[in-house]
Amino acid sequence: MKESGRLIYKYLRHDKKFPHVWCPGCGIGILLGGLIRAIDRLGYEKDEVVLVSGIGCTGRLPVYVDFNTLHTTHGRAVTFATGVKLANPNLKVIVVMGDGDAVAIGGNHFIHAARRNIDLTAIIMNNAVYGMTGGQTSPTTPYGMKTTTAVYRNVEHAFRISELAVTAGAVFVGRGTVYHARLLDQLIEKALVKPGFGVVEVVGHCHTQYGKLNRLGSAVDMMRMQKGDAVTVEKASKLAPEALEGKVIIGVLMDKELPVYQEQYEKVRARAKGTVLVEDQ
Amino acid sequence: MEAVTEKRGREILLQGNEAVAEGALAAGCRFFAGYPITPATEISEVLSVKLPELDGTFIQMEDEIASMGAIIGASLAGVKSMTATSGPGFSLMQENIGFACMAEVPCVVVNVMRGGPSTGLPTFPSQGDVMQARWGTHGDHPIVVLTPATVRGCFDITVMAFNFSEKYRTPVIVLIDEVVGHMREKILLPPTEEVRVFDRIQPTVPPEWYIPYEDNATGVPPMGIFGSGYRYHVTGLTHDVRGFPTQRPDEIDPFMRRLFRKIVQHFGDLQVGEAFLIEDAQIAVIAYGAVARSAKRAVKEARARGIRAGLFQLVTLWPFMRKAVEGIASQARVLIVPEMNLGQISREVKRVNEGKASVVTLNRVDGDLITPDEILEKIMEASR
Ligand SMILES: Cc1ncc(C[n+]2csc(CCOP(=O)(O)OP(=O)(O)O)c2C)c(N)n1
Ligand code: SF4
Ligand SMILES: [Mg+2]
Repeated sequence: MKESGRLIYKYLRHDKKFPHVWCPGCGIGILLGGLIRAIDRLGYEKDEVVLVSGIGCTGRLPVYVDFNTLHTTHGRAVTFATGVKLANPNLKVIVVMGDGDAVAIGGNHFIHAARRNIDLTAIIMNNAVYGMTGGQTSPTTPYGMKTTTAVYRNVEHAFRISELAVTAGAVFVGRGTVYHARLLDQLIEKALVKPGFGVVEVVGHCHTQYGKLNRLGSAVDMMRMQKGDAVTVEKASKLAPEALEGKVIIGVLMDKELPVYQEQYEKVRARAKGTVLVEDQ
Repeated sequence: MEAVTEKRGREILLQGNEAVAEGALAAGCRFFAGYPITPATEISEVLSVKLPELDGTFIQMEDEIASMGAIIGASLAGVKSMTATSGPGFSLMQENIGFACMAEVPCVVVNVMRGGPSTGLPTFPSQGDVMQARWGTHGDHPIVVLTPATVRGCFDITVMAFNFSEKYRTPVIVLIDEVVGHMREKILLPPTEEVRVFDRIQPTVPPEWYIPYEDNATGVPPMGIFGSGYRYHVTGLTHDVRGFPTQRPDEIDPFMRRLFRKIVQHFGDLQVGEAFLIEDAQIAVIAYGAVARSAKRAVKEARARGIRAGLFQLVTLWPFMRKAVEGIASQARVLIVPEMNLGQISREVKRVNEGKASVVTLNRVDGDLITPDEILEKIMEASR
C-alpha cells in the first residue's frame, strides 16, 4: 500500500480534477497501474515519456498521468506518435488505444507502424466492445455475442489483435489480461525496453455494457472468465488446435530482433550526404 | 509580401511545387509526412531528397490522415512540419486539421488544387477548394489560408505560412492551383540568411508555473515542447487553460473566443495582397492564384486602351481581406471577380461590397485557366 501511495504521488496529476471517467470495476485502471509500475521500475524520467492515446474510454488514460500527454483523434494515435518519435528519437513514446481505436478505424495505421518498426510501444485494451459510445460492436466482438448495434447477435468474426500484430511484423507482441496483473506488468515492461514496435494486448472487460448485454455478470465474474479462458503460450504449444478453441493465449507471442526505423533512416541521411555505405558497395 | 530587390541569392529555373519545397526548407521545416498525389507529388519528391541531407525527416505515410497526424506529432516535439496534397487527400486531412486548430499546433498544409469533386480532374487546374480550406474541418474555428500566383510567390508564401503558423500557433493552409504548382519560372531565391524566419515562442517560466493555454495580450500562449521539461496535456477535447477537458461554460467560452481573437487581433499582419494600378481604378479585378496573372495582363491591355482598370491580388484568402476590398469597392464602379470555380470568393466580395459597386463574376470549371482575353472582355463590357 505504501508503494502504491508513492507511485500515485509521483505519477498522477494533482492539478487534474478527479474523479476519473471510468466505471467502478473497469479494467483500464489496472492497465494504468501496470504501466506506471513498469515505467517506475525502468526509471524513466517523466520528462522523457510521451503518452499518446486515441479516443474511447481507454483513450482517456493519459490525462491522469504526469507525463507529456497527447490525446489525439479516434484511431490516429499511432500516426501522431510516429511524428513525435521521429522528431525526437530520445523520447519514450507509448501509445494506449482501445480495440476499436487500434484495429477498426486505426487498423491501417497500426499495421503500417508494425511494418515500419517505428520504435513505439502500443498498449491495447481489448474489451471486445466500444465502451465510450455505449457498447456497440467492435472488430474484436466475438461471433454470436450481443452489442447495442448487434441485438440480433454479431455475425462477424473477431480480429485477434496479437496475431494480427505478429503478422504485420511487430518485433514484440505480448497478450495479457486484466486478471493476470503480474504478467501484464512484465509484458508492459518487456515491450517498453524492446527497441522497435512492441505491442501489448490487454484482454479486459466492459461489464457495464458488453457484460450486461450478454449477462456475463459483474466485473469480478468477467475477470474470473479471463482466468478460466487463459492458456499460457507454453501450455498452448502442447495442445491440439481443437483444445484451444475459445481460449485466450497469454504470454509473449513474438520477440524478435529487427533494426528500428530510426536506425534505417540514418542510412538514408548518410546516403543523402554522399556517404557510400558498406551495404551499397 | 516582401520583394527582394537586391540581385543576390541563387538564380534558378524552378517549378512552383519545387519552390514550395525550397521555401519550406528556408523557413526551417525539418519534417515532412505525405502521401503521393497529382499534382502535388513533386513537393514530396524534392523533400525526400533534401530533408535527409539536412538531418531532417521525410516519411511517406500510409495515407493523408496519417500524414496530418504525423506532422502534428512532430511539431509538438519541436520540429517545424509540413504536408502536401491535393483535393482527395485534403478531404482526408480535415479531421486532424481541426485537431491542430484546437490544440494550437503550428503546421503547414499545402493543397495543390485540381478539379473536383471526388477524383475529379487530377491533372487540371481548379480553385474549387477555397471554401473547403475555410470550413473543411467541423466546428467553429479560425484558419489562415494563403495562395501564391508565381513561382517566387510559392517560395515566399510557404515561408510566410510557416511564420504565421509559428507566430499564431495555428495550422496554415497554402492553396496552389495546378497551373502555379507546375509552372516553371526563372527566379531569384534569396540567400538563406535574408529569409525572415519566425520561431514559436516557448515558455520561460519555471515548469511548475507553466499554464499551457493561459490567455495573454497576444492571445497566443507560449508553446511547451515535448521533452523540454514542460509536461502538459494536449487534447482535441475542448479544454481549460491547463489543457484538461472541460464542460464548464465559463471555461469553454473564453477558450473559443481566444481561438478566434488570436487571429482577428492580428488581421493587419495576416492580410497580404498586392495592388496593381488600383489607386484610380474604376474597374477593379479581384483575383488570386494563376488567374491573377491573367488578370494582370488584361489590366495592362485595358490601360493601353485608356481604361482605368486595376488589379487587387489576394494572397491571403482567409481571413478574408475585408478592409482592402471594402476600400476598393467604395472607389471603383465595377468589381470583376474571375475564378476557377463557380463563385467562392465572389460571394465574399459581394458580402463586403454591400451594394457599393456592381460585382461581375467570371467563372470557369472546365479544367482550363481563365485567359487574359476573357478578363479583358469583361473589363471592356464594364467600361461601356
Ligand atoms: C472519427 C470518429 N468516429 C467515431 C467516434 C466516436 N467514438 C468515440 S470512442 C469510439 C469507440 C471506442 O471504442 P474503443 O476504441 O474500443 O475504446 P473503449 O471505449 O472501448 O476503450 C467511437 C466510435 C469518434 N470520436 N471519432
Ligand atoms: S464503459 Fe466499459 S470500458 Fe468504459 S469505463 Fe465503463 S466499464 Fe470501462
Ligand atoms: Mg473497446
